[in-house]
Amino acid sequence: MRARTVGLPGWLYLPALVGAAFVLLPLVAIAIKVDWAHFADLITSTSSKDALLLSLRTSAASTVLCVLLGVPMALVLARTSFRGQNLLRSLVLLPLVLPPVVGGLALLYTFGRKGLLGHSLEVLDLRIAFSTTAVVLAQTFVALPFLVVSLEGALRTAGDRYEVVAAGLGAGPTTVFRRVTLPLVLPGLLAGMVLSFARALGEFGATITFAGSLQGVTRTLPLEIYLRRETDPDAAVALALLLVVVAVLVIAVARPDRLRA
Amino acid sequence: MILRKRALLGTLVAAVAIATAGCGSGNDDKTSTKSETLTVYAAASLTGAFTDLGAKFEADHPGVKVTFSFGGSSDLVTQIQQGAPADVFASADSKNMDKLTAEGLQGGTPATFASNTLEIVTPPDNPAAIDSLDDLTKKGVAVVLCAPEVPCGSAAQKIEQSAHLTIKPVSEEQSVKDVLAKVVAGEADAGLVYVTDVKAAGATVHGVTFAEAASAVNTYPIAVLKDSDHATLAKAFVALVLGAVGQQVLADAGFAKP
Repeated sequence: MRARTVGLPGWLYLPALVGAAFVLLPLVAIAIKVDWAHFADLITSTSSKDALLLSLRTSAASTVLCVLLGVPMALVLARTSFRGQNLLRSLVLLPLVLPPVVGGLALLYTFGRKGLLGHSLEVLDLRIAFSTTAVVLAQTFVALPFLVVSLEGALRTAGDRYEVVAAGLGAGPTTVFRRVTLPLVLPGLLAGMVLSFARALGEFGATITFAGSLQGVTRTLPLEIYLRRETDPDAAVALALLLVVVAVLVIAVARPDRLRA
Repeated sequence: MILRKRALLGTLVAAVAIATAGCGSGNDDKTSTKSETLTVYAAASLTGAFTDLGAKFEADHPGVKVTFSFGGSSDLVTQIQQGAPADVFASADSKNMDKLTAEGLQGGTPATFASNTLEIVTPPDNPAAIDSLDDLTKKGVAVVLCAPEVPCGSAAQKIEQSAHLTIKPVSEEQSVKDVLAKVVAGEADAGLVYVTDVKAAGATVHGVTFAEAASAVNTYPIAVLKDSDHATLAKAFVALVLGAVGQQVLADAGFAKP
């Protein structure tokens, strides 16, 4: 980043500092609360390991789903224009502001046994509720807007100059997409993927409403933390710190890309 | 594009402003100094009965407002330990009340005022034809239980042990209300919830009582808290719960005598 030539107003630093403290202090509080002597035992118990692995697996799967669905969505929103596009964009981004528990209910009434698609799924002998698939669907539902927003922003910032040139030189739409558009917005796409992964990792409300909670099948790390808090606060705190560490790692991976974008 | 971003930022700021304004409005009560507010923390299963009793208490004590915080007993205990301004605490099991006893947070000895047992709950049409506790172990029956960590789950575990059978649930839920919700939604074929939950759910579910339920009876203790600023009122509320009126309301909700 190049050096700033215009200074910031001095008074700005105080609220900025308060804001930073507001975010960081609770994290420090968690770290202080951890029973370090038993930390390793607490996070390596079978149920903890199951929850962590399940969380990583489902978050990875939902990130892949987000890319498969979100990249085309972002392209359609950024590179075409049609009636009702703005309305569609707002609706697609709705899970960003919707309470996750509402998302879970909506998924239940869509994919549940008595839901909109429930009968068709029953015919195909597919039971989604209480399965790991349900966890992935819940995570994808809440994470998808993050990918669409990041990528659409990257696409608009990049502009379509190079695409126009490539098309003018005779490249077909698929070649333009593959050789020009995609490399151009790759940092934005990666940032979007990291955000989606992080959101999926933290997903709680939609999962507990739609997927249930069973060790190794649907009980992800946030659900495990919520449950452990009932009887074993020490384990809950240790797992919470583990989740914070994973989240920090994810953001650390994302940052260089975001700066470049 | 920049304009659009600004608009989005503006919307976000407005949203935050509205959200925080919502948070602030809860404090309005403090300005009216004339009335007294009694704060009761009670287990989620008491929601119906205690809301009724709260209205009765307000009618008997003009100028007094009763506010409730209903939740999982262990959640409420954590909040009280962290200094939540509760006057009365009613727990769904003695284990959670004991946590407060251990820290000396009660103003008096807890008194048990009700008990509750488990009942099988199914959707109204009982699709898996559940008729007994044994039926819950049948293959292909989607049973939802409470996790062993929460009171309704440890009761279910006790019943499994004394009946010498193992139920393989498709989900172990966080609270008894979550179990009920999964059954009401038709996602689960059956669940184990409290008798009072089946009663409160009315026609949306079908209840199946079973003899083995007697092996796990939850007793409900209530106590005035030490740090209460309204100790006299708090004692009066506890007396209402323990008295004839309270016991009648609780019985109507399906609770048994302690």
